[in-house]
Amino acid sequence: MSEASQKIPVTVLTGYLGAGKTTLLNRILSENHGKKYAVIVNEFGEIGIDNDLIIGADEEVFEMNNGCICCTVRGDLVRIMDGLMKRKGKFDAIIVETTGLADPAPVAQTFFVDEDVQKNARLDAVVTVADAKWLSDRLKDAPEAKNQIAFADVIVLNKTDLVSKGELAEVEARIRGINPYAKLHRTERCSVALADVLDRGAFDLDRILDIEPDFLEADDHDHDHDHHHHHGHDHHHHDHGHGLKHYHDEDMQSLSLKTDKPLDPNVFMPWLQNLVQVEGGKILRSKGILAFHDDEDRYVFQGVHMMLEGNHQRKWKEGEPRESRLVFIGRELPEEAIREGFESCIVS
Amino acid sequence: MKEFTPAPDSASIVSVTDRVKPVALGMAVTSVHFLGDRAAFVGGEENVAFVDAKGEITKVAVHSGGILSTASDGKRIVMGGDDGKVVSLDAKGEVTLLATDPKRRWIDAVALHTDGAFAWSAGKTATVKSGKNEEKSLEVPSTVGGLAFAPKGLRLAIAHYNGATLWFPNMEGSAEFLPWAGSHHAVTFSPDNKFLVTAMHEPALHGWRLADNRHMRMTGYPGRVRSMSWSPGGKGLATSGADTVIIWPFGSKDGPMGKEPAMLAPLQARVSVVACHPKNDILAAGYSDGTVLMVRLEDGAEILVRRNGTPPVAAIAWNAKGTLLAFADENGDGGLLEL
Repeated sequence: MSEASQKIPVTVLTGYLGAGKTTLLNRILSENHGKKYAVIVNEFGEIGIDNDLIIGADEEVFEMNNGCICCTVRGDLVRIMDGLMKRKGKFDAIIVETTGLADPAPVAQTFFVDEDVQKNARLDAVVTVADAKWLSDRLKDAPEAKNQIAFADVIVLNKTDLVSKGELAEVEARIRGINPYAKLHRTERCSVALADVLDRGAFDLDRILDIEPDFLEADDHDHDHDHHHHHGHDHHHHDHGHGLKHYHDEDMQSLSLKTDKPLDPNVFMPWLQNLVQVEGGKILRSKGILAFHDDEDRYVFQGVHMMLEGNHQRKWKEGEPRESRLVFIGRELPEEAIREGFESCIVS
Repeated sequence: MKEFTPAPDSASIVSVTDRVKPVALGMAVTSVHFLGDRAAFVGGEENVAFVDAKGEITKVAVHSGGILSTASDGKRIVMGGDDGKVVSLDAKGEVTLLATDPKRRWIDAVALHTDGAFAWSAGKTATVKSGKNEEKSLEVPSTVGGLAFAPKGLRLAIAHYNGATLWFPNMEGSAEFLPWAGSHHAVTFSPDNKFLVTAMHEPALHGWRLADNRHMRMTGYPGRVRSMSWSPGGKGLATSGADTVIIWPFGSKDGPMGKEPAMLAPLQARVSVVACHPKNDILAAGYSDGTVLMVRLEDGAEILVRRNGTPPVAAIAWNAKGTLLAFADENGDGGLLEL
């Protein structure tokens, strides 16, 4: 943990064209937080960003074949991180703004697969800015927009003042149909508390507390939406409708698995490894809290496509239900096969 | 690989640690070059620190930000910075601005020719300035990872994604692409001009025999290769990246094709920098635990120059005569050794 906290946190800012990424970026930079940011942008010098340390990126990806893992990484980020590390002490955190058409995966993978980058920096969270007015349309015609929502840890649903309550409920339901786990914040002109987008620790294994769909009520800054949902009840097996209008996106979904019976690590680990190896192209994100047979510690893991990292996290607390919980967000997930595979890992 | 753990404190290894003149630079160091009889330690940002034989330190401001790339011919150091500038520093400590990127982009790579020509890159564009000739630029398909001049003629190698490009800046349409999948960073010609070698983003080197562009894969490293140095006469290429110094044989016309590299000076730490002696068959290697060793190429005999227990060694160099060795760790604690 102390090692993780010494590494420079990196926030990845994504969002479709015109959603408000630059507005959010400027908001972060201009707020009185006493922190210095290094900002990596894609359109160098073409947008007004007021910051000392701005670096232009080229969004160049290349295939990296690292033994059994094949993935794309952002080569320009590797280079930029190298250069930035010569200026250690001149900044506290890094923000990477991607183009509207970018896939967040290569950015995220860069922080896991490159040894030198990993030594110095840690991915904090993927923050996606979405346009309340146009997102629903983009989800239909732009696969990039869908990727960005599916990949997000935090979604800033912006321009809510430009839509009706009904439209807002609609777009939120569409977001939840793809990714019910991201923290969602409704904003006008990206006015979101910095604590809600920075220092989230979304990839920090030590900070995986629980895996529950995000309820808007938890945000408690918005109470005027339609209160016809009735949470608290047992959700149906998909775990992603909570009374709001329910959408099932045709190709991008989340899949949640849960059991209160212990798992056999000798079956589970190879199964999970094999699953991401075979289906890693479809699985964008994965996360899990696991209760293994004869193990006093919680095991947590998280993954991006084919890449997995996991560790024992802490002792199960007394009275804490020893449940295993897994979530996959991905495209055309082979749900039945995954469920069956998971069932087979349960100690009989 | 042989199992061998030398104990630096035991009598089994010759030590010259007491003959090293310690140098505390008080700044992060990324490379070192000799200019005349002074060692010039290049900082992570802004300054170069000259250290003379007495250990006296003189700092010279060269960039207004990070120093990203350096190259030296022993007479001057050419540097590229994140301030978008290419500057040179001579033995007297004089700084000359050579070029400025119009968009202030980072100068990612620089190279220096023995005849005084120099090259730099920003993004995908490599530019060469030779004598009184105009600047000549070439855009390659992706960001430049490294630059090197061929030992003969005005020819530049440009490393980038999926290969390297060879270019005669004074010949229109002369760019020749040498493909190999992956991201290529540092690049170097063998001193006999027969081979081109790149250090890849993957923990591997890739080589081309220039006569027929035959490929040479040099793999097996646990970490990325960040330091390469040719032994006298170009017989071997010494590299960092493993827990031994890896030296690929380039003495024959086939280079390392089908051959095993020599593995010298194993420690329980990664080699971070290597520098071959300019005249004799010995090299100096710095390790990730702060150790510095001198190693005889013939039999791997080692002499301890600096003990372990510090940050990684980031810079190491010999002077042209091979009578002085300079080194420093990432935090700028270094030393000078006179032989």
